[in-house]
Amino acid sequence: MTVGDWVSRPINWVFLVVALLVVFAGFRVVTAKNLVHAALSLVATLGGTAALFLMLSAEFVAWVLVLVYIGAVIVLFLFGIMITRAPTGRDEGLDAERKVWPAILSLATFVILAWSSIEAFGVETVNDLGEPTSTEVIGKALLGRYVVPFEVVSFVLLAALIGGITIARRDLDPAEEEERSAV
Amino acid sequence: MLVNQFLVLAAALFALGIYGLLVRRNIVLILLSVELMLNAVNINLIAFESVIRSSDAVGQVFAIFVITVAAAEVGIGLAIVLMIFRNRKSADVDDLSLLRW
Repeated sequence: MTVGDWVSRPINWVFLVVALLVVFAGFRVVTAKNLVHAALSLVATLGGTAALFLMLSAEFVAWVLVLVYIGAVIVLFLFGIMITRAPTGRDEGLDAERKVWPAILSLATFVILAWSSIEAFGVETVNDLGEPTSTEVIGKALLGRYVVPFEVVSFVLLAALIGGITIARRDLDPAEEEERSAV
Repeated sequence: MLVNQFLVLAAALFALGIYGLLVRRNIVLILLSVELMLNAVNINLIAFESVIRSSDAVGQVFAIFVITVAAAEVGIGLAIVLMIFRNRKSADVDDLSLLRW
């Protein structure tokens, strides 16, 4: 595949726009001086990722991502931000002072990962804009071949639910507890 | 489309997540960076699934597992952050030096 082949397909331009959005929003997540802006940039990253999943004909996972992440996880994050820090304006103390070594380390990670995947896969293509994977296939896989991991992961979710409530609930002081048990 | 487009994008997101993990001092922002890295893994899984086209959509099934575990992680993580904030009045990792000497 040459560069000419690449730019002549509209889907590649769509990919380019979405990828730039995702990377820019991801950059904002790690550099924004405002906690709420960082959380909202993650929404843009996840929305772009869902669009990429739609391009890769993974419809079900794309909508799961939108529902679970954008619908639930981000709201949880915003609650966490509001509870742990009342002033949500600009804050210069969010980052550590030393940024050079983290930047070098993450850049090295990117170069190694990108270079090795380019070396390994070359011009191998994905099946873009094909027939979307039907939910029936995923459902049969989840409750057939992968039923044990599915049950384990649902148990993990239940344990996390109970654990989260137990950790976060405010302990009543002894006098108040006595009063309640007397009623 | 080439599979490399998706792999390089995922590598960029993963590297940004590492940067955020190391630079940020607020615990909530560190958890956000972890979400970024998990998201990069999901992109890889879906892209590989689109290459191999397995009969039971194994890549997508595992992406769903990753999303589930990430949701559990956020729930527990924010509960712990809440607990720390209640006890120490701060969500800054530099203030949590109780076990250091």
